[in-house]
Amino acid sequence: MSDDREIKDAPNKFDKARRNFLRGISVGAAASLAQPAWGGQTFSDAFADFFQNHYQKMSADEIDAALERIERKAQIRYGVDINCENTPPQENVVFGYAINISRCQGYRDCVQACVKENNLGRDSQVQYIRVLEMDQGVTNLEHSEHYYDPAEVPVEGKYYLPVQCMQCDDPPCVKACPVEATWMEPDGIVVVDYDWCIGCRYCMTACPYWARHFNWTEPEIPAEELNTDTHYLGNRPRPRGVVEKCHFCIQRTRKGRQPACMEACPTGARIFGNLLDPDSEIRYVLANKQVFRLKEDLGTEPKFWYFSD
Amino acid sequence: MGMIRFIFDGGREMFSGSRDYWLWLLALAAVIAWGAFRYYEQLTNGLVVTGMSDQVSWGFYIANFAFLVGIAAAAVLLVIPAYIFHRQDIKDVVLVGEGMAVAAVMMAIMFVVVDLGRPDRLWHMIPFIGRFNWPTSLLAWDVVVLSGYFVLNLLIPFYLLYNRYRGKESNFRLYFPFVVLAMFWAISIHTVTAFLFSANPARPFWHTALLGPRFIASAFASGPALIILTLQVIKKVANYEVSRSVIDTLALIMTIAMQINLFFVGAELFTDFYNEGTHAASIHYLFLGLDGYNSLQPWIWFALSLNVIALVILMINPLRANIRYLNIACVLAFVGIWIEKGMGLVIPGFVPTPLGEIFEYVPTSVELSVAAGIWAFGVLVFTLLAKAVIAIEQGKLRHPAGQQSYSS
Repeated sequence: MSDDREIKDAPNKFDKARRNFLRGISVGAAASLAQPAWGGQTFSDAFADFFQNHYQKMSADEIDAALERIERKAQIRYGVDINCENTPPQENVVFGYAINISRCQGYRDCVQACVKENNLGRDSQVQYIRVLEMDQGVTNLEHSEHYYDPAEVPVEGKYYLPVQCMQCDDPPCVKACPVEATWMEPDGIVVVDYDWCIGCRYCMTACPYWARHFNWTEPEIPAEELNTDTHYLGNRPRPRGVVEKCHFCIQRTRKGRQPACMEACPTGARIFGNLLDPDSEIRYVLANKQVFRLKEDLGTEPKFWYFSD
Repeated sequence: MGMIRFIFDGGREMFSGSRDYWLWLLALAAVIAWGAFRYYEQLTNGLVVTGMSDQVSWGFYIANFAFLVGIAAAAVLLVIPAYIFHRQDIKDVVLVGEGMAVAAVMMAIMFVVVDLGRPDRLWHMIPFIGRFNWPTSLLAWDVVVLSGYFVLNLLIPFYLLYNRYRGKESNFRLYFPFVVLAMFWAISIHTVTAFLFSANPARPFWHTALLGPRFIASAFASGPALIILTLQVIKKVANYEVSRSVIDTLALIMTIAMQINLFFVGAELFTDFYNEGTHAASIHYLFLGLDGYNSLQPWIWFALSLNVIALVILMINPLRANIRYLNIACVLAFVGIWIEKGMGLVIPGFVPTPLGEIFEYVPTSVELSVAAGIWAFGVLVFTLLAKAVIAIEQGKLRHPAGQQSYSS
């Protein structure tokens, strides 16, 4: 699949720049003054943020205003114009993922691509994907090596098991959340409203896959590395004190692109697609390969499968 | 008008006392101020100043929360004999017990609040204004039952004390339904708190039906321990008559509860260790260490030893009857259960992680200081409540118009 980001987003970016330029005239002066006092925002933005409603309860206008606040905040914080969108789910699409563990070589290219694509805190070292190094013939996760660091992978006698959010169809994290700050979207992606999460971390306790991560500190990202194509429910810069997780690159996949981890995988071990499309590659895998899911016995119905050749 | 005067008089009583009383209040205030100062540090830097991590995402705060809900629930052990069996000796101290429940619930709620990443968004929990995931989320359940218990334990004593203050007889028929409600509610708060943990198949260590009963049993041992010690302090500093029969009853309850608690612990150990599967990794970590990591091991054995020694003292009649040995048993049981169902219960749930990673947790000085501040706050609330309650119960604090003699 070719990367059509440049062509597609060019007019959008221009428009964004013009809007930000005009806005900058009125807001710029106030912003530079107000920065320390209101957490890197103008007073009116901080005020509006505080009273911002739950994502699902906001009107279209309110969401637009929220998106603009997110863009302004990024401008003040990183000096970068980002584009924060709210691309809706596509009709008749439910995403699923499958990994061919006989192809995975443990390079962790997926991990690095995910960190960059999703604006993960560099100093906090949050990573949505964890590749486990396992002994051949062993499936017990307690014998997995999380921080393998040999001179060369793959290591003889080992296999590699990438784990990330399984986008469960019956997600225990969603049940746990006391304020409904996390839920499953119609396209099957379990998302977090970072502006609604209270940071109690009960979802992290409930998740059997250790897929949820907390911003213990303000996530730091070098301005030049910031991915400016963002989604409200996806990779926009996150505040401190809230939980985040893999969202199948919602900012890409809702526009028909591949998740960054799949694009980065040099071995073709990753297969992503629409579970409702009988002609999709993922459906082929489910129909023709011996697939299994992690901790299936817990009844969370992951939409994430593993198979081998 | 009478109620305003009652509140005003009660408040004045709370803040009048001997020099020693004031020194006590000041000492508590100093610890609270220190805790608040360190909490400010946490607010400005984020929860990174705690020892918690993505691996062990709950720590000392939630450990104290779990323990304190038990202390709050234990007030029911005074409420039942006082209002159902009409034990006059226990009726005399039941309001002190309910004051302790109020203080414990406040502490429990504060421990959850300081654990939040975004306390500024607490309003998201308010039904209708925010979004409250009830009845699905167990944490939402906990908010409901804790705030309800808090209100019940304020309301009933308030009504009784207000009448006593005015020299009027309380209407038993009016308040008795609330007493019954409070009794069931007490069990519910601790059951819900246990379910908060046991509802997670992702955490095999907690995922046992025994957790609820175990929570109740340990609460009914640690709660009376604290009440027995507190009543003696009150008796001494406030010249408040506490019948020995009250202490004896509580000691007996404590003995039985501790027996049941240790039996439950043994049942857990047997089930997990006889055929040790992967689900036993956490309990193995707790009691024996795992892959060379064993920071909790000394604590759990220490806690178990305290509980066993306490139980031995309690089970030997002459020792239990001896107030000095009883007090030792109370201190041991209180500390032992605080460790066992605080750190000893919460932390192993996270070790190893669901992906099998072993990462240890040690609370930082920020967590210890904030926790100390919250405990001091709870003791302060209890002190003030007890001060007013005792003054009214002793008849020192009366509405000027209601000076006629009061018969209980």
